[in-house]
Amino acid sequence: MKNKKINSNTLLLLITIALFVVMYVVGCIIYSSKGFTHLQTFLNILINNAGLLCVACGMTCVMLTGGIDISVGSLIAMDCMLLAVGMEQWGMNAVVLCMIVLLIGVVFGLVQGFCVGYLEIQPFIVTMAGMFFARGMTAVICTDQVSISQNAFFVGLANAKIQIPFGAYTNSKGVLQIPFIRIPVVIALVVLLAVFLMLRYTKFGRSLYAVGGNEQSATMMGLDVKMTKLKAYVLSSFLCSIGGICFCLNTMSGSVRQALGLEMDAIASSVIGGTLLTGGVGNVIGSFFGVLINGTISTLVKTNGKLLSSWSSIAVAVLLCFFIVLQSVFAKIKDSKK
Amino acid sequence: MDNNIVLTMRGITMTFPGVKALDNVDFTLRKGEIHALMGENGAGKSTLIKCLTGINAFEAGEIHVDGIDGPVVNHSTLDAQKKGISTVYQEVNLCPNLSVAENLFIGREPKTKLGTIDWKTMVKKSEKIMADLDMNIDVTQNLEEYSLALQQMIAIARAVDMDCKVLILDEPTSSLDDNEVAKLFKLMNQLKEKGVGIVFVTHFLEQVYAVCDRITVLRNGQLVGEYPIADLPRVKLVAAMMGKDFDDLASIKSDESPVFSDEDILIDAKGLSHKGTIKPFDLQIHRGEVVGLTGLLGSGRSELARVIYGADKNQTGTLRVNGEEVKINAPIDAMNLGMGLLPDDRKAEGIIGDLSVRENIILALQAKRGMFRLLSMKEQTELADKYIEMLQIKTASRETLIKQLSGGNQQKVILGRWLATDPDFLILDEPTRGIDIGTKTEIQKLVLKLAKEGKSLIFISSEIEEMLRTCTKMAVLRDGAKVGEITESLTQESVMKAIAGGGGNE
Amino acid sequence: MSKVKKITGMALFLPVFCMVLVMAVNILYDAVSGNFAFSFFAISIRNGVLYGRLIDILNRGSEIAILAIGMTLVVSASAGTDISVGSVMSLAASFCCMLLAGYGVSSTNDLAVPLIVGVLGGILMGCLCGAFNGFLVAYLNVQPMVATLILFSAARAVGLLLCNNLIVYVRNDSFKFFGGYAGFIPTPIVIAAVCVAIMMVLLKKTALGLYIQSVGINKRASRIAGLNSEKIIFVCYVVCGLAAGIAGIVASSRISSADSNNIGLNYELDAILAVALGGNSLGGGKFNLAGSIIGAYTIQAITTTLYALGVSSDVAPVYKAIIVIIIVTIQAPPFKAYVKRMSAKRALAKGGAAA
Repeated sequence: MKNKKINSNTLLLLITIALFVVMYVVGCIIYSSKGFTHLQTFLNILINNAGLLCVACGMTCVMLTGGIDISVGSLIAMDCMLLAVGMEQWGMNAVVLCMIVLLIGVVFGLVQGFCVGYLEIQPFIVTMAGMFFARGMTAVICTDQVSISQNAFFVGLANAKIQIPFGAYTNSKGVLQIPFIRIPVVIALVVLLAVFLMLRYTKFGRSLYAVGGNEQSATMMGLDVKMTKLKAYVLSSFLCSIGGICFCLNTMSGSVRQALGLEMDAIASSVIGGTLLTGGVGNVIGSFFGVLINGTISTLVKTNGKLLSSWSSIAVAVLLCFFIVLQSVFAKIKDSKK
Repeated sequence: MDNNIVLTMRGITMTFPGVKALDNVDFTLRKGEIHALMGENGAGKSTLIKCLTGINAFEAGEIHVDGIDGPVVNHSTLDAQKKGISTVYQEVNLCPNLSVAENLFIGREPKTKLGTIDWKTMVKKSEKIMADLDMNIDVTQNLEEYSLALQQMIAIARAVDMDCKVLILDEPTSSLDDNEVAKLFKLMNQLKEKGVGIVFVTHFLEQVYAVCDRITVLRNGQLVGEYPIADLPRVKLVAAMMGKDFDDLASIKSDESPVFSDEDILIDAKGLSHKGTIKPFDLQIHRGEVVGLTGLLGSGRSELARVIYGADKNQTGTLRVNGEEVKINAPIDAMNLGMGLLPDDRKAEGIIGDLSVRENIILALQAKRGMFRLLSMKEQTELADKYIEMLQIKTASRETLIKQLSGGNQQKVILGRWLATDPDFLILDEPTRGIDIGTKTEIQKLVLKLAKEGKSLIFISSEIEEMLRTCTKMAVLRDGAKVGEITESLTQESVMKAIAGGGGNE
Repeated sequence: MSKVKKITGMALFLPVFCMVLVMAVNILYDAVSGNFAFSFFAISIRNGVLYGRLIDILNRGSEIAILAIGMTLVVSASAGTDISVGSVMSLAASFCCMLLAGYGVSSTNDLAVPLIVGVLGGILMGCLCGAFNGFLVAYLNVQPMVATLILFSAARAVGLLLCNNLIVYVRNDSFKFFGGYAGFIPTPIVIAAVCVAIMMVLLKKTALGLYIQSVGINKRASRIAGLNSEKIIFVCYVVCGLAAGIAGIVASSRISSADSNNIGLNYELDAILAVALGGNSLGGGKFNLAGSIIGAYTIQAITTTLYALGVSSDVAPVYKAIIVIIIVTIQAPPFKAYVKRMSAKRALAKGGAAA
């Protein structure tokens, strides 16, 4: 009785993990000469995509309810710009600024969540308006590219290395390289763990699944569907703001065109990780692998050196398309079984 | 109040715009009884239940529940549940993507000291609940992994575990097979012994006689009566549901019954079927013949017609039209063969609500002509005016939106839509439902007129008289299969017997 | 009261009202800043071509008007929007310029292939993108916006690939024509007018409009009545892609180049806004093409006015996003129900006071 059947959802997740492993192994084989096999390559994927991981966690929560949030990329741009301008031009305290950024995320999510939950406007329209609004507000703050260099605390945070006690190697020049991660990775992993626990062990977490599974049933069983949706969007924007801070720690700058198309990466990560577009199924663990796949693709493209960077976004789009079709096919099979 | 009674409804009245859906209806439920609520479509069963569970608001009458002082008015299903009235619907109202345990406990999950969900306790409790009901299943699996029957029973288990006094089962067996139904009945009997009052709504007569103690019959929003099961044999039940009052419709059918030869066969279906809705059937229809499909709702009468028309795709067998074998993949193929279907669900499959009467009338003809041969405005208005006049459609103008018309007039517009295509073979699925008596007669006359012109028709209705007046042959369906044909001695009694099926004629 | 309702209930009330509002703002602005109050409407001929703010709006608004045609059909038939139009514009432009200049060439004065091949190629690329979206939406039942999201982000990347990561310049007078002048009238105005006219004729002379609305209102009933719902939705997306292709050629011709990152940027918002402003429900069903077209030019008027007021092009989306939210909120059923309840309450209070 304990032998668990593999259902289509688990299958999707397994495909994803297998895909990641295959992709990584292939990368190791082709680019072993370029250092792809070192632990640091993997850690760099984590470092470069820490912000995306936070965003993907939030996106997964929203998508679980059957919604979507395409405002995330712009919101990150706004966050980064605010941080950069705040520190460089207004001379504000980094911690205070981060608090403000998080607060803005919550307010932003509240407005979007209200429109989706209580006004019953299509999530896509609402968050599309949010996307343009945030991108525009970024330009309101400043239209130039602003680099962060003066705030010692923030620069220190960004440069901090956390060394890993294994996997060290000596490079060609004979210098010992100790693998390391940076602060954003720690933040992102904490977020990942927190969201994972929340989805599994809190009433709100389970409500997200219930709402996405069958809204009408959820209402009948006494759940507050509107409030659940509102909270989901607040959570998404909040996590996105945390992601924005991580992103900023990586890029150390703010510009109007920053994180362009990041919403697509986040959605793709979620979908590739097994989150159903129709809602109700998915997990942040899957999204984590989705982000890793995303990162591996861009690392592969970068390592190659000759390929244009647009290849990585095309590859992600193709992969997203593939998984969407896969989901659609699975849904059709399920339907015909009934 | 009798100590034994858990629920009384007295003088419940409620009107939908223009129609009295419930008229002074009484209903009484005792502890530990299974009470069947019977009636044909539109009789008011579901409206009565919705009044009880707070989905509809009733205008007059009182509801009393055991243990609660004073009259009870519920405002939502949740409200009703708090007062001990649980409902399990035909479609399972649970979340398929959550585990069985969660579905049992969502909204009232056991918590740990930290305020997080205590999965261990939840699983343990769930296992106990299911074991109590003699179901040993893995409660950590997702609900969708289990059969509909099990899901249905899990829904019931949830309802029962929430300390319900009254359990309403609204057509829970529609999608279950015999084995699963047996399991469900076992559960119902267990609950009965525990003193739960169960209201059982179903269309399957056999099931009523298998488990129920008492039957309340409704017809046209009125109470026909409440009977102990022993006092109401099967044929009498069908009679009570359908009503024997020969209404004031004059006999419009001519006496001479037409004779059809084999050369006149228009539709010849052999072994057509659609998985899950209708088992393989044969059916022959001659030119100028009106074939009635009869059987209770859910017996497969609509589904049979839909397979011929291609609304549901045929999966087996062959269909010959005019002697030639044809393949119908979509409704347009059927239309090109001269068919038309007036669907029973007018709102979902009939009207295009935001379009005008004119556009609704010409739609099918235009679809048949193809996109590039648009009917000129003159042709369109002529057609629209023709059918508005011919069918006496009451509308402010031909440009009025169809959704603003009354149900009967909407139906006439759809009828006009098909007549405009000049079909050889027309399927009318419940064309007279929810329509006043005058319009009913008009539609019946029209059916006979069309038949006289040499068109073939399938006529589906819940009212036997109506079919007796129009049909020359009747096919009887039961539980998703065609079980027989009646060509001679078409009488109320013979048809009712056929519908009720074997066994219960004592 | 009833008169007010009659006027506000008219099909073109919303777009015309907004247009008048924008004009009023312009007049006020001109008056305050000491210009001739009606300079907004002044049209003159300078250097042999038409000149004036109104002409400028008509000219600049051409792309949005063309996009609005396709977007209107897509919204009507599938109750979703095509958010890839801006990116598809860019891809069509890139493909066209790549053909005209030859692969890998960043700047050219001579055409590598006949002009017609490049232009048709670009338009065809648009259709292809539309077909891709349509296939996902109509046959695989993917939500429209998720399906179009793929091209929304990928199309620009593909465009960059086609152009070898360069901004391809085609400095050729024959190519400049599409964004230049036909006689004394700006060509984009003519192209938009022709596109609108063709669509109007199609809607008038074929059953396309009836089919699309029917499918948009009730897909199941349309199927029973003999329509091929999937095919109709598919066709709408192809038309939308076609429109994006044409708009892309015009936009690229204006700047004589294919700038993958900037052509059609934010145009999806403008096109969707045009449809909503035109009084069409984003929930699908009945549509009014004339409304969308007026809506499109209203959007351009808003944009031009914003620029005139000193708002930068990067900031303009803020205002448009707010307008979108206001319009969809007004259309939202819960909001309508709330307004109804409030007005009923007010009526009740009035009645109570009278009694």
